[in-house]
Amino acid sequence: MFAKTIRKDHYGYYFIAPFFIIFTTFGLYPILYSLYISFTNFDGITTPDFVGIGNYVAVLQDPLFYKTLFNTLFIWGVSVVPQLTISLVLAFILNDKLLKGRDFFRAVYFFPNIVTAASLGLLVSLIFDWQSGGLNHFLVQTGIIQDPINWKNDPWFMRLIVSSILFFQYFGYSMVIYLAGLQGIDPSLLEAAQMDGAKKKHIFIHIIVPMLRPIILFQMITSIIGGIQIFDQPFTLTNGTGGPDRAAMTSIMYLYNVAFQSTRFGYGAAIAFCLFIIIILLSVASFIMTKRKSRS
Amino acid sequence: MQTAKSMEQPNAAIQHYANTRQLTAGKIIIYLLLIGLAVLCIIPFYLMLIYSTHNNATIASTFTFLPGSFLVDNYMNMVSKINIWRGFANSIFIAGTSTVLSLYIGALTAYGFAKFKFKGRNGLFLFLLATMMVPGQLALIGVYRLFSMMGLLDSYAAIILPAAANAFNVFFIKQFMESSIPDEIIESARVDSAGEFRTFNQIVLPILGPAIAALGIFTFIGSWNNFLTPLVLFFSLDKYPLPVLVALVQGYYGMDYGLLYLGVAISILPIIIVFSVFSKQIIGSVALGAVKG
Repeated sequence: MFAKTIRKDHYGYYFIAPFFIIFTTFGLYPILYSLYISFTNFDGITTPDFVGIGNYVAVLQDPLFYKTLFNTLFIWGVSVVPQLTISLVLAFILNDKLLKGRDFFRAVYFFPNIVTAASLGLLVSLIFDWQSGGLNHFLVQTGIIQDPINWKNDPWFMRLIVSSILFFQYFGYSMVIYLAGLQGIDPSLLEAAQMDGAKKKHIFIHIIVPMLRPIILFQMITSIIGGIQIFDQPFTLTNGTGGPDRAAMTSIMYLYNVAFQSTRFGYGAAIAFCLFIIIILLSVASFIMTKRKSRS
Repeated sequence: MQTAKSMEQPNAAIQHYANTRQLTAGKIIIYLLLIGLAVLCIIPFYLMLIYSTHNNATIASTFTFLPGSFLVDNYMNMVSKINIWRGFANSIFIAGTSTVLSLYIGALTAYGFAKFKFKGRNGLFLFLLATMMVPGQLALIGVYRLFSMMGLLDSYAAIILPAAANAFNVFFIKQFMESSIPDEIIESARVDSAGEFRTFNQIVLPILGPAIAALGIFTFIGSWNNFLTPLVLFFSLDKYPLPVLVALVQGYYGMDYGLLYLGVAISILPIIIVFSVFSKQIIGSVALGAVKG
């Protein structure tokens, strides 16, 4: 009754103002400024020269851009498929109320997700070191291999290692999100299926997976956005070099090298926007894919 | 038919009950897999702790999973070469201030969106949500240029200010606010003629307490782990947060394995401690944030 007489709705603007002022200044403006720089040959010192779409044309003809993009998509793809499937199975298993140690397993699997990605990359780099790494010593001492393997000299192995780190860091995170999705499924539905004699395998395929479709879509899209941004782990794993033949150099590492090591800010900004367009295209594609599947 | 079905149902239920209580072969396999995976998750960190207690000669020549006696030596060696505690203090300061700032501004914004019906509210909120889809690297070059023009490169402000506007925090607090803060409380505060900001600070914020604390832990860890932005915006060694400092040390003292392992351990240890105390809240806030979307 009083609420109708006391109109305070314009106060909403005061409450949201600080956020939008800060966001506009330090978020939106830099993005638009990056966009402007992407049309110039700005080197950080002299005044930017307008070069039109020159940088974009150059990016699209740059073999190193494609190479780093391939590295990124390969590393992401190899890690994300097992990550999203294994974590779904794990969530299904750990959702069982009769399973002992549920909370313990959830916590242990989630833990790598919050560990500093940069430190983890460095740690893996140390463990996989040719001469001093624990892994080679372990394999030689147990007689599995004769001589230490120079892991970090193999381009494909380096890509796979980064994929493994990402899997290690994100399977627990995906699992927790699936678990949250599973809580939303009406338990009576699962009980009914169980009563009708459905096996766990069938419940999983015919009830759980279709009901979790929105969560799976959410995970796919956020993993695309995160996947294109892979930087910390390969950077510290390879000490910033990108590994043998730049095999583990991701797109953002390339962007970092171009913009902040070679101070070609215009070109770097153009790379950033090309990556953004790729993220949008991949997100739309995965959105359409899951939509189509749910209709059929 | 009717009787046959009702006969079947209890049977199925008993069968199910029996299955779940017995330790079948399938169950044993599942437990073994779960334990194996858990061991795999812990091993790298265990090795990290073990190796930080050995000297270079041991690390370079043998595999060991037992602790050594060179922890103090490694530590003395490390502090003589890099100022690790300065990095630690930097991390605490940067993560602490950006967490407090982004939570307070996040709560203000969430309150504005949740409890006031102003023009353009839905549009602005959608815009805010859309910004979560934009990768941070897009702004990086512009941020670098902006702070370079403001003369704020290599200053803490360059990291803290952009982090203050955190769209995810707004979204998360708004979800919580809509279910836990009834309009009646705000209305009664108004009737008692409390100012709008006083109502927010003295009534709304305390109710939000537990949710904000859970989110705060998560924001703090996120900021602690931030790597690329400080790498780009800072130049002087005494400004770098811990993870960046430790990563850069690799370039200088790459052959000093004991030092490196110890450095990595110190950069991860606070995360291990925070997680072992707050794992439930952290996992809960991740789950909540994802599902409400």
